[in-house]
Amino acid sequence: MSETRLHEAGPIPVYRTDRALRDSIWIKALLLTLALTFLAFFLFLPLVSVFVEASRKGYEAFAEAVTEPDALSAIRLTLLVAAIAVPFNVIVGIAAAWAIAKFNFRGKSLLISFIDLPFSVSPVISGLVYVLLFGAQGFLGPWLKANGIEIIFALPGLVLATVFVTFPFVARELIPHMQALGSSDEEAALTLGASPWRTFFTITLPNVKWSLFYGVLLCNARAMGEFGAVTVVSGRIRGVTTTMPLHVEILYNEYNSVAAFAVASLLAGLALVTLTLKTYLEWHYADAIAATKRH
Amino acid sequence: MTLALPAASSSSSWRQPSILPGFGLSLGITISALSLVVLIPLAALFLKAASAGPADIWAIIASPRTQAALRLSFGAAAFSAIVNAIFGLIIAWVLVRYRFPGRRLLDAAVDLPFALPTAVAGISLAAIYAPNGWIGSLLAPFDIKVAYTPLGVMVALIFIGLPFVVRTVQPVLEEADIETEEAAALLGASRLRTIFRVILPGIVPALLTGFVLAFARAVGEYGSVIFIAGNVPMVSEIAPLLIVIRLEQFDYAGASVVAMIMLIVSFSLILAINAIQAWSRGRLGHV
Amino acid sequence: MSVAVTVESIQKTFANFAALRGVSLDVQPGELVALLGPSGSGKTTLLRLVAGLEQADGGRVLFDETDTRQLSLRDRRIGFVFQHYALFKHMNVASNIAFGLKARPRAERPSRSEIDQRVSDLMELVQLKGLERRFPVQLSGGQRQRVALARALAIEPRVLLLDEPFGALDAKVRKDLRSWLRDLHRRTGHTTLFVTHDQEEALELADRVAILNEGRLEQVGSPDDVYDHPATPFVCEFLGEANKLPVKVVGSQAFFGDRPVLGGLQQNQGGPASLYVRPQHLRIVDEAPLSLPGVVEDLRRNGAVRRAEVAVQGLAKRLDVDLASQVAPARGERIRLRISHGSLFAAA
Repeated sequence: MSETRLHEAGPIPVYRTDRALRDSIWIKALLLTLALTFLAFFLFLPLVSVFVEASRKGYEAFAEAVTEPDALSAIRLTLLVAAIAVPFNVIVGIAAAWAIAKFNFRGKSLLISFIDLPFSVSPVISGLVYVLLFGAQGFLGPWLKANGIEIIFALPGLVLATVFVTFPFVARELIPHMQALGSSDEEAALTLGASPWRTFFTITLPNVKWSLFYGVLLCNARAMGEFGAVTVVSGRIRGVTTTMPLHVEILYNEYNSVAAFAVASLLAGLALVTLTLKTYLEWHYADAIAATKRH
Repeated sequence: MTLALPAASSSSSWRQPSILPGFGLSLGITISALSLVVLIPLAALFLKAASAGPADIWAIIASPRTQAALRLSFGAAAFSAIVNAIFGLIIAWVLVRYRFPGRRLLDAAVDLPFALPTAVAGISLAAIYAPNGWIGSLLAPFDIKVAYTPLGVMVALIFIGLPFVVRTVQPVLEEADIETEEAAALLGASRLRTIFRVILPGIVPALLTGFVLAFARAVGEYGSVIFIAGNVPMVSEIAPLLIVIRLEQFDYAGASVVAMIMLIVSFSLILAINAIQAWSRGRLGHV
Repeated sequence: MSVAVTVESIQKTFANFAALRGVSLDVQPGELVALLGPSGSGKTTLLRLVAGLEQADGGRVLFDETDTRQLSLRDRRIGFVFQHYALFKHMNVASNIAFGLKARPRAERPSRSEIDQRVSDLMELVQLKGLERRFPVQLSGGQRQRVALARALAIEPRVLLLDEPFGALDAKVRKDLRSWLRDLHRRTGHTTLFVTHDQEEALELADRVAILNEGRLEQVGSPDDVYDHPATPFVCEFLGEANKLPVKVVGSQAFFGDRPVLGGLQQNQGGPASLYVRPQHLRIVDEAPLSLPGVVEDLRRNGAVRRAEVAVQGLAKRLDVDLASQVAPARGERIRLRISHGSLFAAA
């Protein structure tokens, strides 16, 4: 019976109700075009240009630029600085996350704000503060000089500036994750008789390993790529206190564009690896990684 | 910092008792590291700036070169943050609402400015926006110069600020209740009305937060800017570069005063973000 | 103002999941109809199809004589209340309610003062006077629910659709709102369809109950109808409690094993069948020709009545028996049960 009524109705003008519910195809096309154009001009072209410029004079020039002694020493110095700064921040980050996520105490939110502070300080200022403390005319300069300790224009200064800039990364990833997990796992382990350290290494650390790795990844990328802060404390003694980004700058200012881009392409490669790993972690361990993606 | 390292006594009234161990140790490490690496050095900056005396401080602030540098840094940062707010919103919308091939790749690529070292970004932007570069050569016939002008500063700041708005707006859009849009449509609202009266007001706090984050980052940015800016004093010299120049001239007071102004602004911006989020929580029940 | 709704052999498939497989339903003007079913039965999909939020793969929905496919969402004039209210969080209560009036095209839009008056009337109707300036986050669940209802009523809907209207509320508020809604419907007379998985709610509120299962309509009828005369075993088991006995029908009698337990049957389909008996339709009797012997295994309290669990030989599951005003047997006592009313379905 209802079947026949359906046929009687015949073709009718059908109103597309989803017009009020969804963006029309024109709006979609417009917004998509705008987004893609914007990203092309500000993201893809700059990235591609690094590799194009680096290969402008062929493989030989590229290989020479990244294997000459100054480049190699810049690479070594960059790795060394990261190898000190990142583990330091891992230890402090874990300690901070433990104190903040597992305990309630007065002044906690202030402590969190302080940990985040380096994010909102200009990198140049991050270097400047150490010059004011340890530089030749700094507060401790005369004393350091008298005792023959070099901080500014030397490795310790580079490490300090890098630690400052990357200070929040690990803690920032761990705190929300550990807060979300709560303390019941640890309490269970302790009541079962596990020692505090055993509890930490067999319960807490495995629970947060992916967000820890995520934090280390971002921390490392920033540590190796930092420019503004190390500019100020480096003194740019070629082959001695120049990290890779500083080496890029020196080459670029000498109009040695191909060499500059060759070294830059190594850093861009590092960025791509970081992004790939980061994306992989976000896709596969989304639950284990803090929702705060911004850095 | 006068906060004493607490002994692991559960009787102290400033924290809730817990059976978990390691409070004293972990807080001790945190506060020591924070003080040594961050707080004491920052305090040294304020001390240095203050030691210059009010007259000198004023002379430094009032000097035309300082004024020009601060104007450029804040002006270009504001402009680029506005551009990023608009395009960041569009990108977040496209990423959350549309399905198209390559969407996940695009989503991942948005974080490139976080991952790419600023010096690398700086030289590549300078290369493509230079008059003979890929984009610069397209603009040259129209007599538009980007690299080595204040416009170049803005291009660099747009690049480094891009992820902030996308990454603050995106989660809010993802969590947005599709049912409120359906409710609006059933109540007779057109799509445009739904977008402007229902969807956008809901993400204003996130948009503002993203804007302020992008702005704060842009004000202090150094590495990506100096290669493309041209660095002409009074024209395309940003405040962080002025700090570096003063430092190279061993004018520590000059460097510190400019730095202090920038820090004060940065800290005010943090307070602004906190205020936005507190307001948003009270009014909308979310950030 | 109210409009009859006709649903004609509606089909809807999501990905590979058939949500609705040919559902037809007529709703009379001013009627309050409950769509009842377990989760995944397609009841919410049906509601969203009537609203126009989904498009059917087959069949159609008519308002009076009008095929709704010709109507824009605005022209459908649907008052829809979402399960989680979907209030506009950044607008206060008054703006939420006024939204639909302000969204009208200029020619049809009421004047400012008319809108204010209408909002004020609706605030009164839903008993929220004085909360005009509050924001949704500052309201309780029950208050939000009523704002959502007022917002839906503001556009003078032809049809009111409620999706699990009390689903997100706690038990006490639910009960209060239920009778309030019933009262409101009596006063305003909107043709209303509401979705619920709560049988008690459906039976108490609705003029008629439509029971859905796996995308099909099992039965439509008045609450008494569907409860006392379930059309299918599913309806019988879904509405209230029922004991299930495998029986064999011979002539006008149903046999459990070789013992006749129910007589005077009309339908003379012989053969194996399932007999569904509600706990309150089992009576303890002294001696009767049609009765079932059993042993009281347990006694407990079930809300207002006491309940006995009776083991019957040949039946794995104990029978639930409500002891309304009957003398309570002792645990372990041998008793006889008589079936006063049951539903018989031929075994599949």
